[in-house]
Amino acid sequence: MQRVLMKGNEAIAEGAIRAGCRGFFGYPITPSSEIAEYMARKMPTIGGVFVQAESELAAINMVYGGAATGARVMTASSGPGISLKQEGISFLAEGELPCLIVDICRGGPGLGGIQPSQADYFQATRGGGHGDYYIIVLAPSSAQEMMDLTMLGFELADKHRTPVMLMAEGTLGNLIEPVLVRDEVTEFVDKPWAITGCLGRQPNIVNTLHMPVEQLQTRNQHLTEKYQAIRSQEIRSEEFLTEDADLILVAYGIMARIAKKAVMNARSLGIKTGLIRPITLWPYPYGVVNKIAQTCKAMVSIEISTTGQMIEDIKLATAGKVPIHYIGEIARTPNPEEITQQLLVIAAKEGLI
Amino acid sequence: MKMIAKKPESLTGAKYHYCPGCSHGIIHRLVAEAMDELNIREQTIGICPVGCSVLAYDYFNCDMLEAAHGRAPAIATAIKRLLPDRYLFTYQGDGDLASIGMGEIVHASLRGEKITTIFVNNTLYGMTGGQMAPTTLLGQVTTTSPYGRKVEWEGYPAKMCELLSCNEGAAYICRTAVNSPANIIKTKKAIKKAFQIQGQGLGFTLVEVLSTCPTNWGLSPADSLKWMEEHMIPYYPLGEFKVKGE
Ligand SMILES: Cc1ncc(C[n+]2csc(CCOP(=O)(O)OP(=O)(O)O)c2C)c(N)n1
Ligand code: SF4
Repeated sequence: MQRVLMKGNEAIAEGAIRAGCRGFFGYPITPSSEIAEYMARKMPTIGGVFVQAESELAAINMVYGGAATGARVMTASSGPGISLKQEGISFLAEGELPCLIVDICRGGPGLGGIQPSQADYFQATRGGGHGDYYIIVLAPSSAQEMMDLTMLGFELADKHRTPVMLMAEGTLGNLIEPVLVRDEVTEFVDKPWAITGCLGRQPNIVNTLHMPVEQLQTRNQHLTEKYQAIRSQEIRSEEFLTEDADLILVAYGIMARIAKKAVMNARSLGIKTGLIRPITLWPYPYGVVNKIAQTCKAMVSIEISTTGQMIEDIKLATAGKVPIHYIGEIARTPNPEEITQQLLVIAAKEGLI
Repeated sequence: MKMIAKKPESLTGAKYHYCPGCSHGIIHRLVAEAMDELNIREQTIGICPVGCSVLAYDYFNCDMLEAAHGRAPAIATAIKRLLPDRYLFTYQGDGDLASIGMGEIVHASLRGEKITTIFVNNTLYGMTGGQMAPTTLLGQVTTTSPYGRKVEWEGYPAKMCELLSCNEGAAYICRTAVNSPANIIKTKKAIKKAFQIQGQGLGFTLVEVLSTCPTNWGLSPADSLKWMEEHMIPYYPLGEFKVKGE
């Protein structure tokens, strides 16, 4: 394995290729465009397909068609584009078509801004489009994880026949860091359902219409059971110094790295602090957060969002067991010292110092 | 005994759900006969729209996908790029193709995607109960143009063949009708030609078929054919608009 300097967005693209992705369908938007640009350079040299679509609506529907052939395919975008893709993501979920959707988040609502943000948490973790569904959401926190979780994303997508979203802040997309370039994945799951032309077999159908009531109910029951299986098998999170901690920070993505430093700062000031980092945003590590809520005295959600979005999942997980505080603003990644200052105020309020 | 007519192999034989006098069924059969004659059923992938023909996946005896409203050309694009030796067709109504899917069809034709689109123009939205479509004729009454389509309010009907034939990527653009046995035969010829041109890799192909909707036109099947001849064909002239190389 080679160790090279890579931009987060390039690590995603290279990881995808190494995971066997051979179809990329995108539409330019800052801060995700490097992924499309990388794919435009690489795909023609490895027998893959790159299409710059006329819109995100078209791009996600190209993903729908590409995924239906059984190929590993993906798209990448940011907030406004992800909103447009939601129609297609709903169809992908119902059609049970595996694929990877990358959201390199920028601030919103509306056109918002191109600075970093985690404000797409709601649309990522609540299905996002219409209907009864979830998609797996992975949140990397380094350029290395941009590659690793991209590769994992394709595997999870195939394993559970579901769209998977990789969600990262614009900062991570543009961060240049050393990356251990992973070996290529060569094993692929069989996809007997794929639409490839019915030579030598009965025709296959991919559809999302289930008209008689019972058909739709059976279908949604099947999806619900699948989501339950994903919840029991795929939750991933990281804990840092949580065992003796009174004050627990919860943060994901780039924020988790900054929060880790703040944990060390706060500990040196005598506040027993720890960190939970959700890696799967859906399924959310409710169990871990709940377990730690039994031993800590307060929790803090730290997000790059003004309203606070993940904090709702922390509240669901802790069910009122401990007070939950919030640190967050849009379009700016706070530094560890700023967070430490705010933690001191919270710790004082909670009687922890 | 000599077999003189049979169900095309490219149809499953499932009973159509279409209204009496609706020409979706005839057009399905023509597509299927063309596939049979070219012997491409097992290499063909069809994409059905949102509209009355949403259930076409039950009728065509080949691999089928059902698209979101208007998006079939984007879906077909990706499949064709990944599986270039397959035949791809999209089957789309006029609301699906000329309204919500206008972007996808124009760009698929601009890119010269090697796919075949069967475009069924019945001048309105059949499935949702007869609302106005971009193809609704001037003066035509629909549930959302209750005073008759007026230029000042709703603008002009979309002439898709004329529009798409301007695109360099289009290799075959033809408009036909299914109002008479002669025109039905011409429609099949056009569909077959479109598939053949797709096979030659020359570019985007589309056959617009003028079709009836007796239910939402409020006419009998026989009067519907007359209405098509008197109102639709004069505004939507039949014939080949573009044949690459000719
Ligand atoms: C995104 C979206 N918008 C609207 C609808 C509702 N809808 C279903 S079919 C249809 C129109 C179909 O008309 P057309 O394409 O002309 O086909 P026809 O039924 O006449 O064959 C509409 C608007 C939908 N299913 N999805
Ligand atoms: S509503 Fe119109 S287009 Fe739809 S099946 Fe009936 S006649 Fe055909």
